[in-house]
Amino acid sequence: MSKEPVAVVGVGQTKHVAARRDVSIAGLVREAARRALDDAELGWADVDAVVIGKAPDFFEGVMMPELYLADALGAVGKPMLRVHTAGSVGGSTALVAANLVAARVHGTVLTLAFEKQSESNAMWGLSLPIPFQQPLLAGAGGFFAPHVRAYMRRSGAPDTVGSLVAYKDRRNALKNPYAHLHEHDITLEKVQASPMLWDPIRYSETCPSSDGACAMVLTDRVGAARAARPPAWMLGGAMRSEPTLFAGKDFVSPQAGKDCAADVYRQAGIADPRRDIDAVEMYAPFSWYEPMWLENLGFAAEGEGWKLTESGVTELDGDLPVNMSGGVLSTNPIGASGMIRFAEAALQVRGQAGEHQIDRARKVLGHAYGGGSQFFSMWLVGSEPPDA
Amino acid sequence: MTRDLPVRDIAVVAFAQTDHRRTSEELSEVEMLMPVLHDVLAQTGLKTADIGFTCSGSSDYLAGRAFSFTLALDGVGAWPPISESHVEMDGAWALYEAWTKLLTGDADTALVYSYGKSSPGPLRDVLTRQLDPYCVAPLWPDSVALAALQAQALIDAGDTDEPALAAVAARSRADATANSHAQLRGSVPQGEYAVRPLRTGDCPPIGDGAAAVILAAGERARELCDRPAWIRGIDHRIEAHGLGVRDLTDSPSTRLAAEKAGSFERPVDTAELHAPFTSQEVVLRKALKLDAGVRVNPSGGALAANPVMAAGLIRIGEAAARIHRGESDRALAHATSGPCLQQNLVAVLEGDPR
Repeated sequence: MSKEPVAVVGVGQTKHVAARRDVSIAGLVREAARRALDDAELGWADVDAVVIGKAPDFFEGVMMPELYLADALGAVGKPMLRVHTAGSVGGSTALVAANLVAARVHGTVLTLAFEKQSESNAMWGLSLPIPFQQPLLAGAGGFFAPHVRAYMRRSGAPDTVGSLVAYKDRRNALKNPYAHLHEHDITLEKVQASPMLWDPIRYSETCPSSDGACAMVLTDRVGAARAARPPAWMLGGAMRSEPTLFAGKDFVSPQAGKDCAADVYRQAGIADPRRDIDAVEMYAPFSWYEPMWLENLGFAAEGEGWKLTESGVTELDGDLPVNMSGGVLSTNPIGASGMIRFAEAALQVRGQAGEHQIDRARKVLGHAYGGGSQFFSMWLVGSEPPDA
Repeated sequence: MTRDLPVRDIAVVAFAQTDHRRTSEELSEVEMLMPVLHDVLAQTGLKTADIGFTCSGSSDYLAGRAFSFTLALDGVGAWPPISESHVEMDGAWALYEAWTKLLTGDADTALVYSYGKSSPGPLRDVLTRQLDPYCVAPLWPDSVALAALQAQALIDAGDTDEPALAAVAARSRADATANSHAQLRGSVPQGEYAVRPLRTGDCPPIGDGAAAVILAAGERARELCDRPAWIRGIDHRIEAHGLGVRDLTDSPSTRLAAEKAGSFERPVDTAELHAPFTSQEVVLRKALKLDAGVRVNPSGGALAANPVMAAGLIRIGEAAARIHRGESDRALAHATSGPCLQQNLVAVLEGDPR
């Protein structure tokens, strides 16, 4: 029994901004879906099923909004699935959709993820009022900053590494017309002088709060053969989860992330990710997560990830570009952020990334994580189909 | 009618559920779920580490907090890390996702669970938050009122009348006497009108509960269960959200899902229908072309216990359990979501010939 190869033949996203007051939630998702279909040169009738994902329903104040979005996404009369795996959801949603093709249940699937964060306040939405728990956390930064400090202590990384990541990602975003933040006057000094929010994370080292949607059209070999533009082929994909809190949990480099990457590399025949993978689009909502995930994903030895950042390896013209799109640091509609990572990986291997296209993008990793560094989803896409 | 059969035989090999109760305020969701997880694992002799894929269904809006499913994951014991996913849907759709995962060959076994605690909030009000947020939700039309619109449309069309609806209610609660998990059992008065033409007896009980199922593929299923309930087909479809553009007396999405699942190829002997309101059983019987010979909701159905987010998965579990016990050879299970049966899933389960 072999799986059907899965190809990405259409990618679409909205221009991500702080508040899309000009469109409804339905209007927002339809814009991204329409662009993905246009990219694939397909119509609504060509779609067999719709798989949609987003983070908590409280962000928009709509319970299970896929019910109301069925019409806007052309899903009436079709199967529609709604995935929610916290911050990793954009990636997980794409993988659930890919499974429908791989299992030969459907030929062509539209997958989409979104968040319209201007409908509420995401930071306080993420500050969970759990009974009997001390209300010490203000937003995700309050949760993750201690783990960044643990990484700095363990690795001995210089304090400046975080600002280098932010400076790079915000400059990459200037080449991406869909990115939320376009800081034309950014300098390293400005990043380093920005206010401290959650020590050691400064204002310019955190993600924005965005409205946005991202969509992809996934299809089988037959669909790929008809594709209007070069497809991206899925070479491996996996999800892994571990509990939020337990004695012995390594928040700096969670086992679930290592296991997830190992599964993807096994499927794709990757022996040495640093050598075999050309670029990485990873979910780094705070600057320091770039070096931390580089280690977790096997691109650097433990404690060495920051050296790749510091030496410029992860720059757009470096040997291992990271977050070519500008990353989560420049665009963060939470529910969509994972799918934007997956979609950027696909755009790169298709040669469709525009101004932020890198040379020689044959295999690119898309990465997402969520919850308390506990949910991971990843895929590796390539310009050539998997070995038959 | 020809239909591509699934490329891999996958079966429900174990099912467990809580006793569904009006309130479980002394239990957290994890505490409510744990015994059910232990039950299905014990039935098969599997441990968490033996499970190839785990998938759950639940709703943050019932829990009243974001990321509520993350706490449930602690109950699963996700260490070492597991391959896991979650849908913000009834557990029946989590089972569907797990079924596709097993079809790919990436896993041979799957644990599926779902849970819902309706007791902490006013459920009728909470469910209004599912509606079009711009044009409908601001009016707060509650779930009983919308079901009453559907019931009145059925009566106006001559498809049913109030005595027939009362008979559905009475049959369901009578059948539930044999179901120790059910919340409403035996003789339950039809009561006053909740929203005309629906009386309180036409409405489901509001309650808390959880359910879990284990799926297994091929020979693994036969090792784990004496008589696996093979999933011969499973499909789900959604309809337009706006009630004004739908014919509420019909359920074309149920019919299409049933057709894709192969339901009409041969008669079923049993049907577990997720019809929270008596009137919805009338709609579903018509869409599924069930004749009087089919045993409908021997468990008592959602009129006897309706833990939101789990009630659909329980229909699949109940249908499978009848096959496990040799009380059915071919059963249909149905799950629904959204106002007035907007989204529907149909699974056809079979036991090996006896």
